[in-house]
This record gives sequence, structure tokens and C-alpha cells, in this order.
Amino acid sequence: MSESSNRPAIEVEGIVKHFGDVAALDGVDLLAAPGQVMGLLGPNGAGKTTLVRVLTTLLRADSGSARVLGLDVERDAAELRGRIGLAGQYAAVDENLTGLENLTMVGRLYGAPRASAKARGLELLERFDLLEAGGKAAKTYSGGMRRRLDLAAALVASPPVLFLDEPTTGLDPRSRLSVWAMIEGLVAEGTTVLLTTQYLDEADRLADTIAVIDHGRLIAEGTSDELKDRLGGERLEVRLDEQSDTEAAIEALASMSDERPSCEDGLLKVGVRRRRGAIVEAVKRLSEAGIGVDDLALRRPTLDDVFLSLTGHAAEAGEDGESREQAA
Amino acid sequence: MRRLAIDTAIIAERNLIRLKRAPELLIGFTVQPIMFVLLFRYVFGGAIRTPGFSYVDYLIPGIIVQNTAFGGFATALGLNDDVRKGLIDRFRSLPMSRAAVLAGRTLADIATNALSMTILLITGLLIGFTFHTDFLHGAAGIGLLLLFGYAFTWFLAFIGLLVTSPETVNSVGFIAVFPLTFISSMFVPVASMPEGLRQFAEVNPFTIVCDAMRHLWLGAPAHNDVLGGVIWSLVIVAVFAPLAVWRYRRAAGG
Repeated sequence: MSESSNRPAIEVEGIVKHFGDVAALDGVDLLAAPGQVMGLLGPNGAGKTTLVRVLTTLLRADSGSARVLGLDVERDAAELRGRIGLAGQYAAVDENLTGLENLTMVGRLYGAPRASAKARGLELLERFDLLEAGGKAAKTYSGGMRRRLDLAAALVASPPVLFLDEPTTGLDPRSRLSVWAMIEGLVAEGTTVLLTTQYLDEADRLADTIAVIDHGRLIAEGTSDELKDRLGGERLEVRLDEQSDTEAAIEALASMSDERPSCEDGLLKVGVRRRRGAIVEAVKRLSEAGIGVDDLALRRPTLDDVFLSLTGHAAEAGEDGESREQAA
Repeated sequence: MRRLAIDTAIIAERNLIRLKRAPELLIGFTVQPIMFVLLFRYVFGGAIRTPGFSYVDYLIPGIIVQNTAFGGFATALGLNDDVRKGLIDRFRSLPMSRAAVLAGRTLADIATNALSMTILLITGLLIGFTFHTDFLHGAAGIGLLLLFGYAFTWFLAFIGLLVTSPETVNSVGFIAVFPLTFISSMFVPVASMPEGLRQFAEVNPFTIVCDAMRHLWLGAPAHNDVLGGVIWSLVIVAVFAPLAVWRYRRAAGG
């Protein structure tokens, strides 16, 4: 489609969705460029899954509108379903079917004849390193294998837009890395991905643009770097030999910063105005004051810092009763 | 329409494969009904008077009807499982027919129903049940059983999509199905029941279907029971199929 080259792959305007009195989505606007990864970052209950459900035609919004590939999620729902893939939080595979049977079934439900659905299934099993297990019932698979099978099922029809709802929640670190590598492979082939996550490192690694969502509202949007820049420059972190020197150290370093240095758990944090020479300057000041230093580093703010400063609470701590249970 | 037929067949196939892979499900369809037949025949049978028929002849049509009702639990539990595991979300995000998931499931359950019906019938014949009518009536009885079983599956499909946990499926299902099946002519003649209960039993569709079965297999007086059984089946589908589809459209995973 010629118009799709410039048009955003996903357009969300003022989407509102209430469940009873709770506003799961409270007027969300979002644009995602084609061929990119949009990371939707937020804690449990922030509204991420609700937005994915609206965009994948599973749930009707109360108001607002949304288009994917120019197709309205309500009016053009039937056509849209043929062009998106969804991998949810729960590894939606039929445990009693084999890996190949699962993929063949999904392919046939997309309208492919049995033989070509099976061929496509084998291709995906190979790609996702499941060929050997492809003939075994999915109930014998490990969590990581199920998740890969689920991802493969979402890709059966080679959809140009892929929705991944917390694709690595509950996975061990090694499986996580392999799912990340697979997502990166898809993006390299031109797939647009909307990914929800509550893991900051995941958004940091995969997403071109990050939208931070909390209590159903979009509270910040930008690249990982842009979000970090909002916190101002770099930070000097100093661990002292003696806790009792803390006050003296704060006095010594205060004039390097626009704000008063803070101290958490014995770690002194100083927002420095300039990166250049900051370490040398700090060491010089501390040694002149006779304060022993155990460790000293300059680092950029992490998304953790961003989240804390945007929302006033940490990202990975679940909040209120809305948090979803982990799939067993 | 073509889409609906193809997708229904795909889903039915999926549900039948499941059966092969999870043989523990088959125990529910085979061992349990046999146990019920033997308990009723040999524990209660001696004490129950069924004018005109031996108890084993009276019992077998009734217990097969009961079994078709309980067979629907597999539908309810299976759909409930599909919702919780997110499979329904996957199906709903595919460009497939919206009615096919339920149609395929209930269709596959006709096959499991037929299987356990066969096992029950063989058990019945082994312990002394005999057909008193001709082949055509016998076959018509099997047709009515499959139709009624199919209809009742829609009721349990609705329950399975309505509640959130398999435990609730079981308790809601049992609370609904036990009184419905027991307060009927299924195991004992209705005439022995006290006022109130008896009137309920007389209009209970399970009584009507059991009496229809006894007409078709034993030659008991027909009244309008066969027609009544067919009409009840159609009414149950007409009410619960739309309700189940409505729940399916709103089903939320997780």
C-alpha cells in the first residue's frame, strides 16, 4: 500500500475505557511509526493490556478512535484481524495439541489450506528452534518453549503489525534473551511491533519509542534517551568508606550541582552540570576534605529513575488491587 | 457460511484431538457412567417399583439421558479453560468465523456423547436390558438422545463462559444439573413424589425426554413426549446458543 509508507502504523485518539468505576484507559493518544517498536511501559494495572485488547479488536472502547494500518478497530475489525498478530500474556497455545498442530490450526483459521498451513508451521518451528519438539504435545513444553510457540502462532500469517503483551513476563533470563533476539529479528524484517512491558530494561533494549502509561493515562513519550534527558544530566554516585562522613561529603560536593546531593542507603547521588572533569573534580574535593572513597562512578539516569520521577512510585512494584496474577 | 462450516470443522477436529491426548477425560465418559448404572441397578434397583417394566429396562433409558446432560460438563470445563488460558483471545483475534469456536466445540461433544452412550448401552445389555420395540424406534431414540445432548451442551457452554473458575463451573453445573435430572422420571416413577415436587417433575424436560425414550425403546405410552423432547431441545438451543455467543464475544482472558 503506497499510503502506508508515511502513515503511522498505529493511531490512537482519545481512547477511554471504563470497567465499572475504574478508568482503565483515560483518554490515551498514541502514534506508532511503521517498522518500529513502540514500547508501552507501565506497572501492573496501568492499562497496557486494555489498550492492546482495544487495538486487537478484542474489546470495544467507550469513546475515542483507533486505527491500525489505517483500518478502524471497530468498523474494519474483520479486515484488520487478517493483518495483525497477537501474542498475549498467557502463551495461548492448546496444550493437548502438538506444536505443529497448534500452528497448522491457526494457519487454517487464517484461511490457508491444510498443506500450506502445515508448511508454514514447520518453517516457524524451525525459526523458533522448536522443530525437534514440534511433534510433542505442548503440555510437555517448558515456559520458554510455550512462549516461543505462542509468538510463532502470532506470526503464522506474517502480519505487518504485531502486538506483544508482556512477552517475557515469567520467563527465565535465558529464555528472555532468546525472545528478545527473535523480536529484534522480526523488526529487522520490517514488522511494526507494539510491545507492553513492566520491565524497564526490556523497553530500553527493544523499543525505538517508549510511551509511559500509568492509571490509564500516557504520562510521557519519547526515545529512551529523551526520557532520560528529562531528568537532566549525568549523576555522580559516590560510596564512602565511612558513613559518618556523609554530611561533610555533601558539603564538599554541593557546589558541583544545581540541587543538593542526596543520600540513599549510603550511596551519595550528585546531579552534575558537566560530565567533563566531574570525576577528577569530585575526587580532588573529597580528598582535600579528608574523606575516604570506596567507589565512585558517573552514570546516566536509568528508566527506573525516569519512572520514579514521573509517577512518584517505582515501576516494578505492583500497585492497588488491579494487578494481574501471573500465569502459573 | 462456508467460512463458518470450515472453521467449525477445524475447531471440532482440535477438540477431538484433545480427547486422544488427554485420556483421563475419557474416564469421565466411560467409567463414571458404568459405575452409576451398576449402583442404581444393584443398590437401589431392588427397592424401586416400576410398574410394567423391570427396573433395568426402566433405568437404562433414564440413565443414558442423565449421561448426556453430564457429558456437557466437558464442554463447560473446556471452554472455561480456553478462556483462562487465553486461547479464546487468540481465536477472537483471528479472521475466523465468530460462531465457529462454540459450534465446533459442541459438535465435537456429540462424538464424545455418542461414545459414552454406546458404552452405557452395551453395559445395559450385559446386565439384562432389552429393547421392546423395532429397530426404527431404537434408532429414533438414539437420534433424540444426540439432539437433546447437543442442546444441553449449549446450556453448559454458557455456564462455562459465564463463570471464572473450573471450580465454579463444577458447583454451578451440579447445583443446576443434579436437581434437574433427579427430580424427573429418570430413576423413579414421578407418581411416587410428594405434591409440588411431582408437578415440577412432570413438566421437567428431563422427564419428557426420559418418557420419550421409554416410548421409543420400551413401547411405553407415547403421549406427546417425543415431539415434546424435540421441541424442548430446539428451545434450549434457541435460548442458550445466543447467550453463549454473547458471552463468547465479551470473554476476557486472564
